[in-house]
Amino acid sequence: MEIPYVVDERSDTGLTNVKLGIWLFLASEVMLFGALFSTYVLLRINAVEWPLGANILSVPIGAFNTIVLISSSVTMVLCYAALKLNNLSGYKKYMGITIGLSLLFLFVKSYEYADKFSHGDFPSKSTFLAIYFTLTGLHALHIVAGVIVNGYFLGPGSKLWHTNKTQFINRIEAAGLYWHFVDLVWIFLFPVLYLL
Amino acid sequence: MSENAEHVREHIKLYWKIGGALLVLTVITVAVSYLNVSVFLAIVIALVIAATKGSLVASYFMHLIGERKAIYAALALTAFFFMVLLLIPILGHTNTFGEHKTIPNAHAPVARHAETH
Repeated sequence: MEIPYVVDERSDTGLTNVKLGIWLFLASEVMLFGALFSTYVLLRINAVEWPLGANILSVPIGAFNTIVLISSSVTMVLCYAALKLNNLSGYKKYMGITIGLSLLFLFVKSYEYADKFSHGDFPSKSTFLAIYFTLTGLHALHIVAGVIVNGYFLGPGSKLWHTNKTQFINRIEAAGLYWHFVDLVWIFLFPVLYLL
Repeated sequence: MSENAEHVREHIKLYWKIGGALLVLTVITVAVSYLNVSVFLAIVIALVIAATKGSLVASYFMHLIGERKAIYAALALTAFFFMVLLLIPILGHTNTFGEHKTIPNAHAPVARHAETH
């Protein structure tokens, strides 16, 4: 039996399965990160002293990673636009850049972590470091997941383009929505952890 | 088809502009953090800029402008529960702001300060 609403929009919501599914997934992700942001606020307002993030973390490195992630969001949306223009090579170019920028983000993040660990700054050292590693670690895991998904759509997953273009475009739109959400989370993480 | 393609090309120009605006706002975020203002004001400024950037990403990159009502309904519900999640723990502790709590791993300067009491 064929699964309905794969490429056709549902008559009740006006959405395809993938569109509705990815937004509901992102709603659950909002609650996941929301719980941790709530934890951060709770820890901070109950602390007598709270360190200034800039005194512990490197603001230039954090800002650089922010620029990297925003740039990857731009290239991700350009992937979608390229497919809309029936341009598979353009899609592959921008998807390759997106993955490259994602890996650069992870490389810089791992450098930051290694630097912290080399100075004995582990999560167990302070509440600030505990919440810093928890929030950024969870975010980094989301980046890794995004790289795997995008890597699949750049490689074997792109074969779908030749058999069902609409379905492939819908999949890339869903992958893009996830990636922009990951970018959006970092947009809040950067000032909260590094600047305040 | 060509009209549709022209529409997509206009969107591409917009994406580049939004990307540029996000980068400029990132620079402003960092620059503002060097201003000599109170912690409260610094938090307000940083969060306003972050919210502006987030709105740009959600509205244009995630195409929330012109999205279906079902998505708006799901997001409205999410936003409500997000605020509950964020505010309930805070409102439950308004009488203890600034007082030390026994928090796991909080044994740096904060814990030493608390031991003197």
